[in-house]
Amino acid sequence: MIWNKKIETMNREEMKRLQLEKLQDLVQYVYEKVPFYKEKFDAAGVKPSDIKTLSDIAKLPFTTKDEMRETYPYGLLACKPEELREIHTSSGTTGTPVVAGYTENDRTLWKEVMGRCLAMAGGSKDDVVQNAYGYGMFTGGLGVHYGAEAIGATVLPVSSGNTKRQLTFMRDFKSTILTCTPSYSLFMAEVAGEMGMDFKTFDLKAGIFGAEPWSDNMRVEIEHKLNIKAYDIYGLTEIIGPGVSCECEAQNGLHINEDYFYPEIINPETGEVLPEGEKGELVFTTLSREGTPIIRYRTRDITWLFHDSCSCGRTTVKMHRLLGRNDDMMILRGVNIFPSQIENVLMQIEGTEPHYQIIIDRSKTHLDHVELQVEVEGRLFSDETKNLEKIRDIIHNEMKQALGISLDIKLVEPKSIERSMGKAKRVIDKRDTEKEK
Amino acid sequence: MKVKQISVFLENTTGRLAEVTKVLGTGNINLRAISIADTADFGILRLIVDTPAKTMKLLKEAGFTAKITEVIGVIVNDKPGGLMKVMDIFNAEGVNIEYLYSSLINEGGDAVVIFRVEDIDHGLKIVEQAGLKAISAF
Repeated sequence: MIWNKKIETMNREEMKRLQLEKLQDLVQYVYEKVPFYKEKFDAAGVKPSDIKTLSDIAKLPFTTKDEMRETYPYGLLACKPEELREIHTSSGTTGTPVVAGYTENDRTLWKEVMGRCLAMAGGSKDDVVQNAYGYGMFTGGLGVHYGAEAIGATVLPVSSGNTKRQLTFMRDFKSTILTCTPSYSLFMAEVAGEMGMDFKTFDLKAGIFGAEPWSDNMRVEIEHKLNIKAYDIYGLTEIIGPGVSCECEAQNGLHINEDYFYPEIINPETGEVLPEGEKGELVFTTLSREGTPIIRYRTRDITWLFHDSCSCGRTTVKMHRLLGRNDDMMILRGVNIFPSQIENVLMQIEGTEPHYQIIIDRSKTHLDHVELQVEVEGRLFSDETKNLEKIRDIIHNEMKQALGISLDIKLVEPKSIERSMGKAKRVIDKRDTEKEK
Repeated sequence: MKVKQISVFLENTTGRLAEVTKVLGTGNINLRAISIADTADFGILRLIVDTPAKTMKLLKEAGFTAKITEVIGVIVNDKPGGLMKVMDIFNAEGVNIEYLYSSLINEGGDAVVIFRVEDIDHGLKIVEQAGLKAISAF
């Protein structure tokens, strides 16, 4: 079912008119309300009245994640703080998080776009949505929850973890749609097997998976093991959370809710806007946000945009499943982590040096398995095993404290970590290559 | 007297130990005692050699993490109960032994056991006060 037929099947000309109208209002709004944007626009020599066509958006400066951090907590707020109804922050980062503020209208908008996404995956009021995304400051849990409310489905706000209980509820409450990270769904399949449960006897028909990179091969595996159709959903805290785009029944590209989130693809080196179909960095402008509207946010995600005559009937622009990132951010069990964070933690531990390597794979449990190899240099080394084991435990605990996830710490000999081209290769991600075999 | 022990960090990978012995062999280093402590992930090789400074240099050049620690080499009567006697002395004084291993040398019919205790000076004093001998070098 198409949740908002008027918007989602709108013809191109009408959509463009709607987007331009909203863009002009937005630029005027942030220019007046947010000194950060006014200063940037002035520095770039652009006035709100310069936005005469949609392509004039290219005149506006980009917004980066660093700028969002630097303006913590309310530097990008366009409304009064008391007008906010809800605040979320980006996941798993040390130091300063990115802040997303939602007014009542923003929350209505969020419900609308998430409702559309659930409907794209076949959801309706007759469904039981088992929402296994984490509830809290992370946008995943509540974002999906609002969408399920919007379409009138029954929500099971089970949050993440406690897999045996999840499965028991899935069976007993006859959940029809599962929402979680793709790797967690495979972990559930494994636990179900151990419990002697068979997904074929469940009512589950679809899964909406995101917050983590996954491949088409992984989709095949999930669909087979959970006996469902698996849909890719995309979203990010900076823009709204989940609900930016989602796959429909055609499972060929994610329809973007482009009346609210205006997408561009740019050349990450030059910032130049690329024509439709070309691969580059995805950039979003929030056309209707009131709390924390964002102009041309550089997502660092690599993909391309396309229009096709989709069998679902929607006319909205599509983005291809993410192809990667153009920075070194890793997404581990749904948590965003930069190697620099790991380096900072290591630097703070007495005796350790920032010589490390991260090996990520999904082979053992289907959950991301992360091994952090730390080189044992002179100061760290001891003739007693208990001292080295103590250091390993300290690193483990400090990392968990700082990153929010548990890493396997392995002490290795110095320089055994491969140096490539004079620069150390910090991250070896085996998750996708393994799936491609 | 205290004895200098060299510890070498080893990952649990095939061939690493052989590489250490190769460095020692080609460097013409004579091993006097050797032991290895292992965990699931890594091992610590402990060596007593005739020329510790030279050995350290060679190991570092070969890229190994190594360090020198002081230990006590107690001359133990090579008869049943010989080690027990030393242990009793340490035990009576409440000295905690981190680890021990035997050496390859034979001091006029007696064995030499390497002890690593927390406070080396204190440990040595106890040994000598009890009338036992500790070797100084090999």
